[in-house]
Amino acid sequence: MSPAGSEGNAAPMAMTGYPGPAGRFGEFGGRFAPESLVAACVELEHAFAEAWADEGFHAELSSILRTYGGRPTPVTECARLSRQLGVRILLKREDLAHTGSHKLNNVIGQALLARRMGKTRLIAETGAGQHGVATATAAALFGQDCQVYMGEIDIHRQELNVFRMQLLGAEVTAVKSGSRTLKDAVNDALRDWVATCDTTYYCLGSVMGPHPYPWMVRELQSVIGNEAREQCRELLGGTDPDFVVACVGGGSNSAGTFAGFVSTGAKLVGVEAAGGAAITRGIPGVLHGMKSYILQDDDGQILEAESISAGLDYPGIGPEHSYLASIGRAVYETAGDEDVLEAFKLLSRTEGIIPALEPAHAVAWVAREAGRSIPEGATVLITMSGRGDKDVAQVQELLRGQ
Amino acid sequence: MGSDAGPLEEALRTKRAAGRKLLACYLVAGMSPDWLEALAAIEAEGADVIEVGIPFSDPLLDGPVIQEAGKRALLAGFTPGRVLADVGQSGCTVPLVAMTYYNILLRAGLERMAGRLVEAGIRGSIVADLSLEESGPWCEEAEAGGIENIMLVAPPTSVERAATIASMSRGFVYCVATMGVTGERVSLASSAAEVARKVTDVTDKPALVGIGVSTPAQASEVCSVADGVVVGSAIVRRLLDGEGPGGVGRFVAALRSAIDV
Repeated sequence: MSPAGSEGNAAPMAMTGYPGPAGRFGEFGGRFAPESLVAACVELEHAFAEAWADEGFHAELSSILRTYGGRPTPVTECARLSRQLGVRILLKREDLAHTGSHKLNNVIGQALLARRMGKTRLIAETGAGQHGVATATAAALFGQDCQVYMGEIDIHRQELNVFRMQLLGAEVTAVKSGSRTLKDAVNDALRDWVATCDTTYYCLGSVMGPHPYPWMVRELQSVIGNEAREQCRELLGGTDPDFVVACVGGGSNSAGTFAGFVSTGAKLVGVEAAGGAAITRGIPGVLHGMKSYILQDDDGQILEAESISAGLDYPGIGPEHSYLASIGRAVYETAGDEDVLEAFKLLSRTEGIIPALEPAHAVAWVAREAGRSIPEGATVLITMSGRGDKDVAQVQELLRGQ
Repeated sequence: MGSDAGPLEEALRTKRAAGRKLLACYLVAGMSPDWLEALAAIEAEGADVIEVGIPFSDPLLDGPVIQEAGKRALLAGFTPGRVLADVGQSGCTVPLVAMTYYNILLRAGLERMAGRLVEAGIRGSIVADLSLEESGPWCEEAEAGGIENIMLVAPPTSVERAATIASMSRGFVYCVATMGVTGERVSLASSAAEVARKVTDVTDKPALVGIGVSTPAQASEVCSVADGVVVGSAIVRRLLDGEGPGGVGRFVAALRSAIDV
């Protein structure tokens, strides 16, 4: 069964296209939501479609991203790391964007949309805290109320980000249900939204959830890939990189990056945390309003992901990634905690860039595969989705323990 | 319309025709060691339908009380298989409906799950996160297997959409009284009556109102505009608080007498 075919498109163009009113990427995606939330999802879908077709909306969004967010972010050539690994490494520097990660791209767009829809309160889930910080930032910028749901375990792992959110005027609510991490923060944000969707905008942080979120968040993040493609062509004499690599939790920075390269010849590689590898170890299922690959047991109970990186600690993955994996357009690999710590140190020492633990997964995979599945001399673009300041205390503790 | 009614819907229609208001009670399978005794008490005190929750790890439509019950059931090892085995041996004669989330059905396989529900003596299903748009595959398998899938109409549901949902719903139509997750409320939301009217305007299938209906007085209020009421968290909380099957039975009896006029 191929619902994508029923939309009348002969070739799969899901990365750059509209996934149809059903929000399908092949067999994945959809809108598996309680009836109480369907109207809110439909309202959001229409509001976004209208805004995204409006030049005025684009103009305001890119102006804010430029003058407030620090876009475009540069692509950095990594001379010393390239020499060491024998492949040519370029970094797309989302770590240099305001708030320290790519999350702002999505959040500014959604906060503008919330304002356009007349919603005065933003809610968000967060894992590592980067999306929570970005949402709190946008709420401060636009004068909106903001409440962020964060797993109790993540609150302890990411104290600094909790304090940042509070400084920005957001209320941070500890989620004590389930595994007390990102998946449960999504549950509680959805529970809030069911009761409040009249006045509240749910600012979802990744390419997941019920339609239209996977589509909308990919569109808002595609600025990463579109900029990077042009920047790479300038650096590489009009050609594209051989590999484009990004880490994947829910998959927003990778979806945004891949969107810019899906129509090129670049090999697309998503790197999941070994302990949260939905594509590698998951089974198609339904969670958080979407059908996608999900870590689950034989009875359909969702399993807890386990990773040193709170941002990748998610048992599912955005449905478009499941689709890209199913058609072979992207491959999904994994990196384990130890390799990630090594990569964290490696990039810090060779390039003077301390990465967040999330993109350190992408670096770890490249470091492992350089000269193996990545041929010597190949050109590799890695999306540096965030900076590592939030992680240094945790890494210090981990390295002391070694 | 009446011709495609299954046994659950027929049973409810017959009772309604006799002037009886319908009482549906919910509990989570495996939430306490005495849950089967609680089930029997609910039956004895006059429930017309009993909804048995098959616990799911991520119940996003449930508030803290039912979340806690589900967590206890999962910790106690209540897999869908064990739930259905226990229900099948319960000897309960009141129509039983399984309430769960879609991934539980999907993982088992829709056709296989429909068969397993029937084997356990279950008549209907309620799938909290299955929207109208996504409900086709389960509705087909449920219908083929003899399970009446009950669908929900909520406060924001348009009249046109409510009509479609009501025509696809089997057994009865679940009217969601209020926006929000399951849980007790101090007072009945004004939307309860609006949703009930929206449903009864477009269908003659039994319309039961639930979510946020917690007291005999609220149940009675609901029954002035609908065919019946669904009570969940107020029962589950009593079991969690250790009131046991006796306490649950007394509460169900109070609900019964409040809606029997």
